[in-house]
Amino acid sequence: MRKFTLLDGLVVPLDRANVDTDAIIPKQFLKSIKRAGFGPNLFDEWRYLDHGEPGMDPATRKPNPEFVLNFPRYKGASVLLARDNFGCGSSREHAPWALEDYGFRAIIAPSYADIFYNNCFKNGILPIVLDAATVERLFRECEVSKGYRLKVNLDKQTVTTPGGEVLAFEVDGGRKHRMLNGLDDIGLTLLQGEKIMAYEERRRVEAPWLFA
Amino acid sequence: MSGLTLFQKLWDAHVVHVEADGTTLLYIDRHLVHEVTSPQAFEGLKLAHRTPRRVDAAIAVPDHNVPTTDRSQGIADPISRLQVETLDANCAEFGITEFKMDDIRQGIVHVIGPEEGLTLPGMTVVCGDSHTSTHGAFGALAFGIGTSEVEHVLATQCLWQKPSKTMLVKVGGQLGRGVTAKDIALAIIGEIGTAGGTGYAIEFGGLAIRALSMEGRMTLCNMAIEAGARAGMVAVDQTTIDYVKGRPYSPKGAAWDQAVAWWNTLHSDADARFDRVVELDAAKIEPQVTWGTSPEMVTTIGGRVPDPANAPSEVKRQDWTRALEYMGLQAGTPIAEIPVDKVFIGSCTNSRIEDLREAAAVAKGRKVASNVKLAMVVPGSGLVKQQAEAEGLDKIFIEAGFEWREPGCSMCLAMNADRLEPGERCASTSNRNFEGRQGQGGRTHLLSPAMAAAAACAGHFADVRQE
Ligand code: SF4
Repeated sequence: MRKFTLLDGLVVPLDRANVDTDAIIPKQFLKSIKRAGFGPNLFDEWRYLDHGEPGMDPATRKPNPEFVLNFPRYKGASVLLARDNFGCGSSREHAPWALEDYGFRAIIAPSYADIFYNNCFKNGILPIVLDAATVERLFRECEVSKGYRLKVNLDKQTVTTPGGEVLAFEVDGGRKHRMLNGLDDIGLTLLQGEKIMAYEERRRVEAPWLFA
Repeated sequence: MSGLTLFQKLWDAHVVHVEADGTTLLYIDRHLVHEVTSPQAFEGLKLAHRTPRRVDAAIAVPDHNVPTTDRSQGIADPISRLQVETLDANCAEFGITEFKMDDIRQGIVHVIGPEEGLTLPGMTVVCGDSHTSTHGAFGALAFGIGTSEVEHVLATQCLWQKPSKTMLVKVGGQLGRGVTAKDIALAIIGEIGTAGGTGYAIEFGGLAIRALSMEGRMTLCNMAIEAGARAGMVAVDQTTIDYVKGRPYSPKGAAWDQAVAWWNTLHSDADARFDRVVELDAAKIEPQVTWGTSPEMVTTIGGRVPDPANAPSEVKRQDWTRALEYMGLQAGTPIAEIPVDKVFIGSCTNSRIEDLREAAAVAKGRKVASNVKLAMVVPGSGLVKQQAEAEGLDKIFIEAGFEWREPGCSMCLAMNADRLEPGERCASTSNRNFEGRQGQGGRTHLLSPAMAAAAACAGHFADVRQE
């Protein structure tokens, strides 16, 4: 997976709670058998005025000027500021793929849906949890100051505001280690091969019906 | 020391290795695979020159993209077709059993697992699909995973996990006539909210749950994810064991006895402690209908569309306002006066035989109202369809004016040709009423199969208890 260490990124505020994975990437795009190329269809139904289908050239689409991602001032954003329960709904990893392909490297929200949160780490996107009051404050700061950027340091687990305020966040140690080093999950698990084998041998006796 | 919860028992039985910080390598017994979330996982395996560790633990089925009309011509949409063909090719290459589109056993992945006995008590069950929580109805630990984890399970038969917190949702008392598991599920989500279960594994218990059939328990566990919980579960009892017995993949002979002896221990101990307990009285639950764009935006059939001015917080006020605008509804409108354009009876929440029986009982001898453009029934699997036809349910539906379709996900997420047009309002037995879920601009109201049938015949939402 992609390494994540430091980020200094432009922030875009998405002021809605319960943003679901159907909104992040609508179902018609899930028909792809590829991992890449979902960025142009991120938030498709909000981002464009016309109906999107796979294979359409984004250049021919009608962008919705009222949707925040289309504001010129947020062009090139890599930090998504969001509200509670971001990423609820389906398990589709197409959601983090689309966010990543668009250019997002970090999300800041008061809470996430479990599966989405987990999927982010597998794709080099850091989902940062800050308390609701702090997130509210960041929303206000971001809206009033053009070119608002945040610095993220995963190793130190901090977010630094343009004003120099340092906000600490929690992240699971194992996930952090893998992300900092861009490690391959499967490769790490295969190092436990003997234990997996021992478990299987025991279960074959205890619960033989689980093995065909 | 206090006793163990069902979750802890299932967890403990599957621990392969624990890291110093508690991160656990958990063994996976059953891996269900479908066409949408697997192609990139198989591609990843191939790129790394890896092969599946245990093909006997995996089973595949196409469900999201398949047409629900005549299949003899295959899939018309070339992109959908390619996805299903990719699944076929991957399963053939790696030797994974697949119930293909023309197999009578084909159906929605969460319907066929239990139906075939592929889902068994005590198992860990995963699938690249959030509604994998359904399988927890069997006293299994079942949860949805992303595509990277699909690849991980294929390659290692394991997943890295941290134990969830545990929540007991205890539903005491007895359900009233016309009130079903779907109403319990929606009432719970209305109570705890769509993020109420985040970080938890929910166990559903209490007299009203014990009284539910396996179909009802599956409906309930299916919706656990809509309450934010990755896993929902119900303790094993005689209802569970009777359902499992004699299924094609269920254990037989001595293995059956050995299995049942273990399964009978799969319940939370009387003195087990949960991190959170929520109690509901079944007798107070009324038929539910959602009015907004999140399953927690729900009220009773006797209720009204709420006024955002009365929302409990500023964020919620904005949410409600947006939802009413999207749904084309006015605050204060009685739910029972809202007309519907389409009716969908199906999805992994409510497409099993019992669901179809409940809907047919309401539709029998009646007609779909003239303002309803389309009312469709989509059985959850080929075998459910066959059973329903043997019972004559198809005739009841067809005579009433419903369309009787081939099995699949269909208009639950509208990846195939079944969808709402912008602005159309649908009474749906599925599980998500998100914006655009059933088609761009479509408006979804979630309810039970009986309530959906009642809405189809009335042309607007109607109280099934008054039928
Ligand atoms: S029926 Fe709907 S919720 Fe269930 S698996 Fe299919 S698309 Fe997902």
